[in-house]
Amino acid sequence: MAKSRFMQWIDARLPVTANWEKHLSKYYAPANFNFWCYFGSFALLVLVIQFVSGIFLTMHYKPDAAQAFASVEHIMRDVNWGWLIRYMHSTGASAFFVVVYLHMFRGLMYGSFKQPRELIWLIGMFIYLTLMAEAFFGYLLPWGQMSFWGAQVIVNLFSTVPIVGEDLALWIRGDFNVSDATLNRFFALHVALMPMVLIGLVVAHIAALHQVGSNNPEGVELKKNKANTDIQPPGSVPFHPYYTVKDTFGAVAFLILFCAVMFFAPEMGGYFLEHDNFIPADSLATPEHIAPLWYFTPYYSILRAVSDPFIGVSAMGAAVVILCFLPWIDRNPVKSVRYRSPLHKLSLTLFVAAFLALGYLGMQPVSTLYTEISARLANVYFLFFAVLWIHSRPRGAVFSIGWFIALLGAVTLFDYIYRYSPDNLSLMATSWLIPVAYLAVMLLLPLVTSLGRDKPVPAQINVRGVGT
Amino acid sequence: MSRIIRNLLVCALALSANLPIAAYAATEGGHTESIEIDLENSVLQRGAKYFVNYCQSCHSATYMRYSRLAEDLEIDPKLVEQNLIFGDQDIDDTMTTAMPAQDATSWFGNAPPDLTLVTRSHGVDWLYSYLKNFYLDPARPQGVNNLTDPDVAMPHVLGALQGWQKPVYEKDANGERVISHLELVGPGVLTPAEYDRLVRELVTFLAYVGEPALMSRAQIGTWVLLYLSVLLVLSYLLKKEYWKDVH
Repeated sequence: MAKSRFMQWIDARLPVTANWEKHLSKYYAPANFNFWCYFGSFALLVLVIQFVSGIFLTMHYKPDAAQAFASVEHIMRDVNWGWLIRYMHSTGASAFFVVVYLHMFRGLMYGSFKQPRELIWLIGMFIYLTLMAEAFFGYLLPWGQMSFWGAQVIVNLFSTVPIVGEDLALWIRGDFNVSDATLNRFFALHVALMPMVLIGLVVAHIAALHQVGSNNPEGVELKKNKANTDIQPPGSVPFHPYYTVKDTFGAVAFLILFCAVMFFAPEMGGYFLEHDNFIPADSLATPEHIAPLWYFTPYYSILRAVSDPFIGVSAMGAAVVILCFLPWIDRNPVKSVRYRSPLHKLSLTLFVAAFLALGYLGMQPVSTLYTEISARLANVYFLFFAVLWIHSRPRGAVFSIGWFIALLGAVTLFDYIYRYSPDNLSLMATSWLIPVAYLAVMLLLPLVTSLGRDKPVPAQINVRGVGT
Repeated sequence: MSRIIRNLLVCALALSANLPIAAYAATEGGHTESIEIDLENSVLQRGAKYFVNYCQSCHSATYMRYSRLAEDLEIDPKLVEQNLIFGDQDIDDTMTTAMPAQDATSWFGNAPPDLTLVTRSHGVDWLYSYLKNFYLDPARPQGVNNLTDPDVAMPHVLGALQGWQKPVYEKDANGERVISHLELVGPGVLTPAEYDRLVRELVTFLAYVGEPALMSRAQIGTWVLLYLSVLLVLSYLLKKEYWKDVH
């Protein structure tokens, strides 16, 4: 296609056409993307929604302990379409995590974190961590009871760090209590620093993706033409127009669900906007039940499962950080779950189930039974990674039995040091069967059955790509 | 996830049933009855009347403006000034109370809370049950207690209308004496049915006060979803056209 003189003039000065081709019209993506592959583009859409709605909120919000709560109600009542902008932002916050969790699950299922995509995964994890910080800072801003006490609880987690803890918490708060100073700095971090970091990381995430190319549900790499990478690989389609039109369809479907929540159930029964947050922050009245928003509750459960505060905080931190190391834990060359062993499918399912169940328990008031179940689910959560590493290739009997004993020993030792008390001995001994059964199935069953065997992977994606 | 799906189903049902707002259970348990509220103008207008007459002498609705109320409830601003605004307040002011907070604290032990967001923090079910569950209790400073909010400091302001209730006790599973229900012992000005209607209308008004956008949110949402549904079909057809030779 001949370029217009206008585009020639532009391209001589700014690589518009070159970038358009590199990232869209000649970026070749596997043609077999399925439902799970929509969530990356949804995340980008939600990011835009949060930016736009956030900018409008900033025009009317007052980051001042005396005025913050009232200014949010001012937005809800006196600002034209203010309620819509606010609900868009609050629904968007939860939608962001829904989408990101499903996006991460896709990566886990199809091995998208594996070589050569380790950096995409790692940058993605940084995005996730930044998003958690962004959500935490933002949640203080409405200055309701849950904003205040949620921030209080989370900042206090830092004070459990030995020696420097108290000073660290003081430094974060800027005061001896969550106060106006805290609100002001959280506002600055929420609207300036975190969004900038987020944008930078998202650009890096996509740049890294386009460097190595997209994975797909088969987990089979496209066969690139070594001599000329401009030639379309078989089984692929140019991102534009194929995936731009497909993602447009996906975006509309997503917006239907998004708008259904935003217009008909913006509080989502207290999960997206907590009831207690409609009471202004009061440092003298501690709410009966302080629960973080749903997207933090799996980690909150892990925190509460251990009574020693610092160990609990460390376990919670480790639960997030361990995900960063996934590319170096799972060394199995088979990427997609489709060609992995039945046991791998089971362990992935149990991992997701444990995560969801921990999320549910994190919203419930503390009880002995729930704490015990949380601890066992946390066992399953962490053991998943060990099992993932062990399932990297076929293992012998000595290796498997050795690791079975070592891991079970580690769980038991942890129970004995950090969780044992004479009162809960019988409960703990009963629930101890959960890690025993889990490890026996994952590590010992492959020795006597073929359930641990991966399937042969096809040589190429079975889709005829259509080219330009 | 099942909670989310259930909520989506609630949305769908609310849509199909001409948009009454589905109420969810309050966070506090025990002795709450659930109600459905219907934001109808005549109901809201009567609710506003009850609020300014019975509640506002002690409670404020600090974030609610009289002018907004006039507009949303389709009441002539002049009528609002004549009938709903007491004292020297202006139509553009918010619905504050005349009672000084300091006096209130010395009279009741703590200042009566602002009611703008009471339905959002406690839920309409809780408020409805609370207003119906006062009972005589000589042990309390005001002579009344409340089943829904035990040991609350508030007197039963609507007692003359509802009449006075006494608790009926029963033994629970552990053999402890607990209140099973309340029984009217001194009739009020209103019949139980009339009082129930008054409370419903008052709660409906406060649900509106908690979120004035309730009046238009669902209607706008319906149009947005209709528009998006059309767009969904078109974007699907476009996608299908582009992808027709990929197999």
